[in-house]
Order: sequence, then C-alpha cells, then structure tokens
Amino acid sequence: MPEPLEPYESYAAREAIGHGDGGSAALAIGEAESLERVPGAGPPGGEPAGKPRSLWSDAWHDLRRNPVFVLSALVIVFLVLIAIWPQLIASGNPYRADLAKAQQGAEPGHPFGFDTQGRDVYTRVVYGARASITVGVCATTGAALLGSLLGGLAGFFGSWWDGLLSRIADIFFGIPVILGGLVFLSVITSSTVWPVVGFIVLLGWPQISRIARGAVVTAKQNDYVQAARALGAGNGRLLLRHITPNAVAPVIVVATIALGTYIALEATLSYLGAGLKPPTVSWGIDISAASTYIRNAPHMLLWPAGALSITVLAFIMLGDAVRDALDPKLR
Amino acid sequence: MTDTDEPAPAGTGQEAAPLLEVRDLRVEFRTRDGIAKAVNGVSYRVAAGQTLAVLGESGSGKSVTAQAVMGILDSPPGFVTGGEVLFQGRDLLTLGREERRKVRGAKMAMIFQDALSSLNPVLSVGAQLGEMFQVHEGMSRKEARGRSVELMERVGIPAARARVGDYPHQFSGGMRQRIMIAMALALAPDLIIADEPTTALDVTVQAQVMDLLAELQREYRMGLILITHDLGVVADVADTIAVMYAGRIVETAPVHQLYKAPAHPYTRGLLESIPRLDHKGQELYAIKGLPPNLTAIPPGCPFNPRCPLARDICVTDRPPLYDVGPGRASACHFWKETLDGAR
Repeated sequence: MPEPLEPYESYAAREAIGHGDGGSAALAIGEAESLERVPGAGPPGGEPAGKPRSLWSDAWHDLRRNPVFVLSALVIVFLVLIAIWPQLIASGNPYRADLAKAQQGAEPGHPFGFDTQGRDVYTRVVYGARASITVGVCATTGAALLGSLLGGLAGFFGSWWDGLLSRIADIFFGIPVILGGLVFLSVITSSTVWPVVGFIVLLGWPQISRIARGAVVTAKQNDYVQAARALGAGNGRLLLRHITPNAVAPVIVVATIALGTYIALEATLSYLGAGLKPPTVSWGIDISAASTYIRNAPHMLLWPAGALSITVLAFIMLGDAVRDALDPKLR
Repeated sequence: MTDTDEPAPAGTGQEAAPLLEVRDLRVEFRTRDGIAKAVNGVSYRVAAGQTLAVLGESGSGKSVTAQAVMGILDSPPGFVTGGEVLFQGRDLLTLGREERRKVRGAKMAMIFQDALSSLNPVLSVGAQLGEMFQVHEGMSRKEARGRSVELMERVGIPAARARVGDYPHQFSGGMRQRIMIAMALALAPDLIIADEPTTALDVTVQAQVMDLLAELQREYRMGLILITHDLGVVADVADTIAVMYAGRIVETAPVHQLYKAPAHPYTRGLLESIPRLDHKGQELYAIKGLPPNLTAIPPGCPFNPRCPLARDICVTDRPPLYDVGPGRASACHFWKETLDGAR
C-alpha cells in the first residue's frame, strides 16, 4: 500500500505519470528510485559506483579499461621516471669513453655494446630519454598554451582579430619544418634544449590554434552560452566557465598526439646537426653518429632508434586512446 | 513610415507606469542574401505582475524582439536599427555594454526553450545556479550553494539538497526546465522573458511548468513576457496577447476577448487551426501559403497573399494598428468585418 508521499516524492511521481507511455514513465520512476538512494550517499565526491557523470569521468571510466591506454601510459610513466632519474636503471657515466672497446658488441655489464668512441650504448640510451622527454613535454606545453590562447581568443571574439590571427597562423604553417629548423637553429650555438623547444613551439602553435579556434567557435554557438549571457555573465566568465571546459578536449587530444611527433622532430633535427648539440645526450645525435657505421656495428643505431620509436609510439597511442575516450560520438 | 504612429502600444498596464515599454523596435539581419527585416516597428508594454503573451509562427520575429530587449542579439549579423526599449524608465539601447550586462540576470532574465541545451553539460546544476549569486552578489561558494538548494526546493525539485551536485543530463526534461526557471528567478528580477518555455516538454509536464511560472510570477510580482506559438499554453496564464506576423504586431487584445472575437484574419486563422473535439471528422483548417520571406516582405499588408479577405487596398496600403476597442488594436483594413464575422 502506498504510504503518504513526501512532498518531493509526489513531485517525482507527477513527473513519472506525466511521461504518459510506459517506457519513459519507467525512466522517471528509475530517477525517483535513484533519488531515494542518493541522500544516504553523502558528499558529492562519493558518487555511486558505475554511475559515470561528466565527460571527464566518463572518459576516465573508458580509459582505465582500454589496454592501449594502460600500456602506453605505463611506458610513458617509465620514460618520465628515467628521464628524471636515469641513475635508477643505469649506473654508468654516459660520457665515459673506452676507445679500446669502440664499436664492440654486447658484453656482460654492457648489454647494448659500445659506440664509436667506446661509450656504453645502454647508458646513453637511458640518458637520452631526458632530452627527448624534456623537448616533447616543454614544446607541447608551450605550443598548446600559446595555440589555445590565441586560437581561443580568435574564435571567441571573431571579426578582424580572428582574421589577423588566422593569417599569422597560416604564415607559420607555411614554413617548411626541416628547412626552417636548419636555417633557424644553425645560427644558434647554445647546446641546451631551449632553442629547439622554442623552434618547435613557434612552428607547432598554429596547429593547436586552429583546433582551439574551431572548438571555441562550436562551443560558443551552444544555447547555454547564450543562456549564460542572458543571465548576466560577462565575456571573461563565458570564456572561462562555459566555453573552455567544453572546448578543451580536442586540444588535449591533438596535443598528446603532437607530443610524439615533436619528439621525433627533435631527433630528426639533431640527426641533421641542427637540433641538440653534444655534449647533450640525445637519441637523434647518437643515431646520426651511428648511421655511418650501420654495416659494421648496427647495434649502435638500433638501440637508440628503438628507444625513439617506442617513445613516439607510446605518445601517439596515448593520444589515440584519449581521443576515443573524449569523443562522445564513439560512445 | 505610416505604420509607426500607432494609437497605443500593445500590451498591459496602460494605466500603471509600465515596467517595460518597447517603442517602434526595428531589427534587421544583414546576410549574404540581403537584409532580412526581422522586426519592423514593434511596440508593447508590460506592467509589474502582468503577463504579455507574444504569439506567432516561426520567423515572425517574436524571439528576435526578445533577444533585442535582452541585448543578446548575435551582432553581426543582427542589428537594432531603431526604436527604444524603456525598462524602468531607462532606454536600455543607449546603455553601455557593461551597464547592460548588469541589468541582465539581476533585473531581467530569460528562460529558453530547450533546457538541456541551455544548461552547461560540464557544470553541475548547483554550480550554474550558484554562479548567479557569485557573479551578481559576490557571495562565497558555500553561501551560493545554500541559496541554490533553496531555489531548487522553491521550484519543486525533489531532494534538492542531494541533487544540487548533479549534472543537467541526470534530470528529466521537466526538472531541467524547473532548474532554468530557478536560474532566471535567482536574483528576483522584475521581468522574465520566457521563450517557448514548454515547447520541448510533453503536455502534462507543460501544464506543471506553466503553473509554476504563473505561481512564481504572482509571488514575486514580476512582469512576464511569454513567447509562444501555442495558443493553448497562453489561455490561462496571459493577461494580454500580442500576435506577431512578419516582424509586426498585427493584433493585440486582452486574452479572453481575443479568443472570443479576433479582429484580424490571421488571428482567426490561428484560432481555427486548433484541433477541436466538436469538429471531429472534419478536415483541419490550415492557413494557406507560407510566412513571407523576410528579405522581401510584400508591400501593403504583409498577410495579404494568404488572407481570405484580401482586396486591392491590402496590396497597396499597409494597414496601421487601428484602435478597435478598449485595450484592443488590429492592423487590418477590414477589422470591423472580421470582428463582426467572428461574433
């Protein structure tokens, strides 16, 4: 027998009846049931299990179950760890040269063999992660921040500001990466990673800014932006609270995939002698040095090249997994 | 322009000082295909505690008028090219952008048709409601949350305290529209514009939401502009109805008089196209033809190509709003015949 309804339960019941047909009535009743459950659930943090809520928690829910994501994330965590503390797995000194062992193959304690100058390839591969990860992460962060700031503003304010920024982005898009790198970086003598990072940011931001602009233009047209405006929200608040959270997903996806290509780009530039310069330890530099001896001592080339491939692949796979998880159409 | 000198603006509260008075408002959209004249000299007034229903087909300019009043017209391509929007004695069209923004939400608020797309999917409803208090009244997050719960309870959201952290998609359509109403109501505005607030809901929920809106309006003594194409929705709620066609008000009247005896053939056509039980088995009446293209509104009376009463004068002379009775006006050369025919 139905007991006297609480006021709010009677509302839910009215809603349920209001839906008319059986299917949606059942839905509404389901909602009423979940209402009864929720009050005991406590603070908003403790959401009931198996009830994903926002885009982000949905995405996280998907990602945890995606083997591609788990695998690539593990590889990346490992790479970041050895980039910070190479001593964890390599006790040697990447600069220590023993010319007597130049180009020799693997031997106990030196699993990857020696390079032309008798330096331990294993130690150099481990230490090389630092340059690659630093360039990749810093260049991506820089390009993503600059690109989404400029692209987002262009998309939001439109008119001449949009036209101007889009043309500037087009100009940077037009610069050939390798040729630009050779010209621009060959005049710089610094042996740190920063000129390379700066160059990649300079050429990378237009890609991000196009994505960000498109995402903001789309988000701006949503009714809730208009609704927020009608309720008195100013431009700053519209951008920060209502547009950015709805436009940031595609930027994250593109940036994650770009990270892998930036690492490859750094290696390419270093290979050509325009990127990082010795004494920085870099896979690109080592690949370049080893390429001359590929017939005699292929191990000198294969190990750093393998490390580079795995790193790039891991970031691109991560980007793919994130894209799949954040794309609601695939749900 | 001959159609601007109207006897009296349409709407309620001729005696009391009006809360909102729109005078000869004109809006056009400059598009690639030419200039679309969406609003062509609309005047109406709303007094505190009164409800004006603006009725019209899609493209009649009813929503654009509301957007221009709120100041949320997309510009470009939309431009207000003339008229005044007097709100509590101030012409809103002359205010600066920042002053205008402060009026929105605090003094006048708007409710939209589709509550699902009008709520931000990535923010909880509590965050969106609370934002109103944080922006306009500088409340702390915690205070704002408390006020949000109160508001949600006021608009009849069950278990408001537990649901304040939920996201829009977790609510049913009726509940979402209640949340939109709560947001509009948050700062106790003097005027609410509801743009087809019940169109996206099914019929019984429609009635509940309309009841709630009417109840809150009485309680807060707000002016309410109800934009709709549904004659059934307005009958019980509105005080006055203004019927729009091709960016003009073609008839305005107190609600019951308009239903009993329309003074414009277009209004009559609208009323006759409502399905009725006592006409069961007969063919449903429909107004012939389509609304005019706003880039090429016909000369004379814009309704003449579709009007059963149209004569030569209708093609050449644009009818002004004739005073056809106390608080009534009709923009038809043959309003007398229409009125008599209806009686």
